[in-house]
Amino acid sequence: MSSINLIIDGQKVEIEKGMTILEAAKKINVNIPTLCHHDDLCVAGNCRICVVEIEGRNRLEASCATPAEEGMVIKTNSPKVRRSRKTITELLLSEHAEECTKCYKNGNCELQDLTSEYFNENFRFLNLVPDKNYTIDKSSFALQYDPSKCVRCQRCVRTCAEIQGVNAISAAHKGKDMRISTFMEMNFAEVVCTNCGQCITHCPTGALTEHRYFEEIWEAIENPQKHVVVNTAPSVRVALGEPFGLEPGTIVTGQMVAALRKLGFDSILDTNFGADLTIIEEGHELLDRLKRALVDNDKSVKLPMITSCSPGWIKFIEHMFPNSLEHLSTCKSPQQMFGAMAKTYYAEKRGLDPKNIVSVAIMPCTAKKYEANRPEMKSSGYQDVDAGLTTRELALMIKQARIDFTKLEEEKFDSLMGESSGAADVFGATGGVMEAALRTVYELVTGREIPFDGLNITPVRGLDGIKEASIKFENCLPDFKFLEGVEAKCAVAHGLKNARTIMNQVAEGKSPYHFIEVMACPGGCIGGGGQPIPTTDEIRKKRIAAIYREDAGKPIRKSHANPEIIGIYKDYLEKPLGHKSHKLLHTHYTKRNRF
Amino acid sequence: MSKENLKRSDIIFEQYGIKYKVFDRVIEFKSSELIIQELLDSGLKGRGGAGFPTGLKWKFAAQQESPEKIIICNADEGEPGTFKDREILLQVPRKVLSGMGICAKAIGANKGIIYLRGEYEYMLPELQAEVDFFNEHAKEKGLDFNIIIRLGSGAYVCGEETALIESIEGKRGEPRNKPPFPVINGLMEKPTVINNVETFVNVVLINKLGVERFNNLGTTDSRGSKLFSVSGDTKKPGVHELELGMKLSDFVDEFGDGDTKAVQVGGASGYCVPRRDFDKTIIGFEGIPTGGSMMLFNSTRSMYNVLHNFLEFFEEESCGQCTPCRVGTQQLRKGIEAIKSGERSCEYIDDLLKLTDTMKLTAKCGLGQSVGNSFNTIIKNFREEMLY
Ligand SMILES: Cc1cc2nc3c(=O)[nH]c(=O)nc-3n(C[C@H](O)[C@H](O)[C@H](O)COP(=O)(O)O)c2cc1C
Ligand code: SF4
Ligand code: SF4
Ligand code: SF4
Ligand code: SF4
Ligand code: FES
Repeated sequence: MSSINLIIDGQKVEIEKGMTILEAAKKINVNIPTLCHHDDLCVAGNCRICVVEIEGRNRLEASCATPAEEGMVIKTNSPKVRRSRKTITELLLSEHAEECTKCYKNGNCELQDLTSEYFNENFRFLNLVPDKNYTIDKSSFALQYDPSKCVRCQRCVRTCAEIQGVNAISAAHKGKDMRISTFMEMNFAEVVCTNCGQCITHCPTGALTEHRYFEEIWEAIENPQKHVVVNTAPSVRVALGEPFGLEPGTIVTGQMVAALRKLGFDSILDTNFGADLTIIEEGHELLDRLKRALVDNDKSVKLPMITSCSPGWIKFIEHMFPNSLEHLSTCKSPQQMFGAMAKTYYAEKRGLDPKNIVSVAIMPCTAKKYEANRPEMKSSGYQDVDAGLTTRELALMIKQARIDFTKLEEEKFDSLMGESSGAADVFGATGGVMEAALRTVYELVTGREIPFDGLNITPVRGLDGIKEASIKFENCLPDFKFLEGVEAKCAVAHGLKNARTIMNQVAEGKSPYHFIEVMACPGGCIGGGGQPIPTTDEIRKKRIAAIYREDAGKPIRKSHANPEIIGIYKDYLEKPLGHKSHKLLHTHYTKRNRF
Repeated sequence: MSKENLKRSDIIFEQYGIKYKVFDRVIEFKSSELIIQELLDSGLKGRGGAGFPTGLKWKFAAQQESPEKIIICNADEGEPGTFKDREILLQVPRKVLSGMGICAKAIGANKGIIYLRGEYEYMLPELQAEVDFFNEHAKEKGLDFNIIIRLGSGAYVCGEETALIESIEGKRGEPRNKPPFPVINGLMEKPTVINNVETFVNVVLINKLGVERFNNLGTTDSRGSKLFSVSGDTKKPGVHELELGMKLSDFVDEFGDGDTKAVQVGGASGYCVPRRDFDKTIIGFEGIPTGGSMMLFNSTRSMYNVLHNFLEFFEEESCGQCTPCRVGTQQLRKGIEAIKSGERSCEYIDDLLKLTDTMKLTAKCGLGQSVGNSFNTIIKNFREEMLY
């Protein structure tokens, strides 16, 4: 790579050829405001807030979209630049229903940040909002769209296309009518949307947000008749600190539990328990499929088996590969397993009437909101999970209660479905379900621990879009002799675009794998659509590192070694894939169409 | 300064006796380098409005190493008040195809596309027949070059070269960031030359007349003759071929109705010249450049209405992706309405003028950048008409 030299605000900078002016400026800590730009996405260059002056040119150029060139002399803060940014901000506001005090994104909004820098006491322009007929779409369980807060940066459009390959949203119409829209301008509930929420975490404003349910939960907590059980997903504890100013990747498990107790939940339990349960069921399911395929020569068995814990992924495959649904594990996600157990096993053990239990899941995810509302998720006889709240909603509840989060003493989960292994923790990162499953499956088959240093299955870790690993079974236990010498081939994909690549192979019958893990969101749940904003690769890496620290610090690292898991099979479920398991822990999928 | 008379010319629509004679000679006898050198010497500038030197564009394209290069003829002709490309395609389509063929030889392109304005669909059968004949003919002459026709999708912004490329690629017609320019990275990421219909015709003229005779037409800065689409309050509406570098006063003497109060040069994105400036305005790259639209307005016309029409056009036809243009055009239209109705004071005009400065500085493409041309010139010259 050849390097080039240029001058930004009087400062010399040497960079690699091909970098943009924005990147060059970042290198010397010159901060240029941006709005349509996002590190995850391709360059758009449409908001124009990042304009800079280049000596010798009359016009200003968008720094995010302009390659730096040898000898350029750039000013990022000239009067011309400042005036332009101010005017552009004002123009954006003139199309915008400025209601910061009534807005969910108040305090975490990139447009608001701009207005605090480029505010104008003598706002010049006319209000265009009354001409616009903005209507809010709350039809989806997962997300809501308020066009009056949209700055038309198309970050959501690029996210849905580039990261997820779904293309549920696009820019429609032109000129003054240009807006973000769905297929045929239908409601979000009616279009092919996976509910993944990635568009939300990439939206700079309050236009796309999650459908919020925390007010209902406040009411349930207040209601003395209700026993409100809460469980928290593995990835929440490594991200919840961020809204309180902590570094990404700070582990706040103990503070989170303490805060939930202060909020008034009756029982603070762990989704990780559900994750361990998932591994037991899913591991046995995999072995069962392998046995039926290899020993019984059963042609109806579908391999590779694909994980099913990411509800955005489930909605995706139902729409895009409806003929491949039998490849999905029939296991419910940890959230739904937990919900079903909460209103059966937990209720029984605690002597509670399940009709009075309100089960709340704190999730990094918006698709979980949709999943909770799926009609098939009522195996306890009630809606198994009453509400899924995002990490962001929980942070807001904690703020509303004015709990000084960072100063809380660490506390422990309640017992009965509060205990978990390190294997459940790694569920939060891409590759984690695979890692957790292999730790258990290998040991089931061979009676020995998986031969990776410190149980860390490094090939499935990290942010590569598609990862592969294989493991050979040797010296198998008598029950699993059929696997002797078999090399189990595994693949991990995160982000639905990568999932599509893997699935195309499966659909063509050319997949070389036995077991595939798919997570809808880039990075896995730690990068979920319900996580704190912003989320970038830098932040994903820090959250992932925290996940593995949490795992490494646990005394129990394997799902099957979790004493509460052993207990629940002894007391209640009897055996994996047994009758009760099938009723409560497994599910089926729905074929959907592509439009 | 003595009054010079208007110089009409008649070379663009001249029908040649033998089909594709100029093209054949160039393909047979001229090297790529020579074609481009002659084009550079001719000083030909693009006829689509932006006026980029054609020889230079082709030179850049020729320098690109790529097994595939593409030539696009921009026949989108969406600028209000322009209809000269239509005449060319109806009367002398062979010159356009020849020009594209010569370009193919010069830059080493194998694929040509005519992006035809959707409303010109009625021309398709005849034009297609002509293209089929040309493709066959080029093959016979040993030129590996094939032209196809694509119908435009009806948006003005799709005439902008990169939006046009997006549109051919089947995407939303939104202009791209430049650089990279299309000659480096255009349609399907291939080096792509885009020229206006009339530009290709001029290439043929240069090769027929020779550089020297071509250079005798027009002025140093504005070589050659040009088609003008004349409309508005005129006795002679239609397409007229005139040498570039004329004085606007001479033009008005010829085409005006005796009561011309202003001429809008270059369509909605061009400039409005009031009567008192006719004498000192040169039409050409040294003065006001134009894609060819000349709209004449007499004293019965309200310049407020003229401007209001233009602004309505822009707020509809902006692609809407960038802030200064999408919102700026709405503010300008609503702004002059508010001034007219008294909701805003007349000083608000100055805020709007400043807004057009920002649009010029920061808009992503030529559309948003040039809205201020007509706005500023109309406001500055007819400010009182905005108020009363
Ligand atoms: C909004 C907009 C509309 C345009 N429409 C046309 C058009 O209809 N025809 C055209 O030839 N050029 C049009 N152009 C100019 C083209 O972008 C491009 O400069 C031209 O086709 C290059 O050809 P030339 O160098 O031969 O003029 C337009 C530019 C803009 C910004
Ligand atoms: S989106 Fe941002 S600027 Fe708009 S109302 Fe909400 S917080 Fe305020
Ligand atoms: S939730 Fe996911 S699939 Fe739906 S529109 Fe947003 S990014 Fe696309
Ligand atoms: S919804 Fe959000 S991300 Fe999408 S264009 Fe509007 S402001 Fe940008
Ligand atoms: S200036 Fe106007 S037409 Fe051009 S890119 Fe911006 S919004 Fe689109
Ligand atoms: S951040 Fe560069 S144009 Fe939007």
